[in-house]
Amino acid sequence: MERVVFALMSVGSIFSAVFMIYGANTVHSALALVANFFTLAVLYVLLEAHFLAAVQVIVYAGAIMVLFLFVIMLLGVDRRDSLRETIKLQLPLAYVFVAGLVGLLMYTLGSAFHRTAFTGLKQANAAGNTQGLGRLLFTHYLFPFEVTSLLLIVAAVGAMVIGKRRAPTETEPEDEDA
Amino acid sequence: MISPFAYLALAAVLFSIGVLGVLLRRNALIVFMSIELMLNAVNLTFVTFARMRGTLDGQVLAFFVIAVAAAEVVVGLAIIVAMYRRKQSASVDDARLFKW
Repeated sequence: MERVVFALMSVGSIFSAVFMIYGANTVHSALALVANFFTLAVLYVLLEAHFLAAVQVIVYAGAIMVLFLFVIMLLGVDRRDSLRETIKLQLPLAYVFVAGLVGLLMYTLGSAFHRTAFTGLKQANAAGNTQGLGRLLFTHYLFPFEVTSLLLIVAAVGAMVIGKRRAPTETEPEDEDA
Repeated sequence: MISPFAYLALAAVLFSIGVLGVLLRRNALIVFMSIELMLNAVNLTFVTFARMRGTLDGQVLAFFVIAVAAAEVVVGLAIIVAMYRRKQSASVDDARLFKW
């Protein structure tokens, strides 16, 4: 059972990721990324991370992708870009580097983990996955958790400052090649 | 049961696809989505390690990555919108304010 679900979801996630980076239409890319997030949520369930699977669907596929689609609609769908090459040999070099990266990652992961097996989370999840995570967050990881709240406030204020329109009274010259 | 290596290999492949997207695409939004894909691949690695070691610490780390990614998306998209207002384009090739 786990094998079948894993095979389906891994193929689905790789296909949706490839479709995401090659899609000519930005909205199609965003939808492919949503599909990718859903396959990852299923993989989290397989890995006994039930709370994270829910968070993945709610925060990533929900909030973050809605924000992405909102900005895509705000800027208008742009089809000009595609795969135009501006730096000489960029495309072939990109493929060579990524192939090397895959090879390197596979070699290191394979040599380090080819014989390890899962311990399983039966014991850690005994009182429930969410309860266990909450206990860790509010004891051992309390300080990082509070710092995260600060980070979210700074990000919200920063986004407002960056996204604010300049007042029209300012006589700053517009960029010449705008 | 599937070995952890299968999950780790899948995460590595997804991460590499994200890197490829950053290197190939010129649309800032797609580059940004590729970065999200890479963050998710790392999350999958964290969750796999959590199950491999039998503790929940990896899942807590993945939770923090999700929170930081949410903050990063908000600021990044604001920057892209500000850049679009200035240049009428979301292409990373047009972001060269330091160059004349």
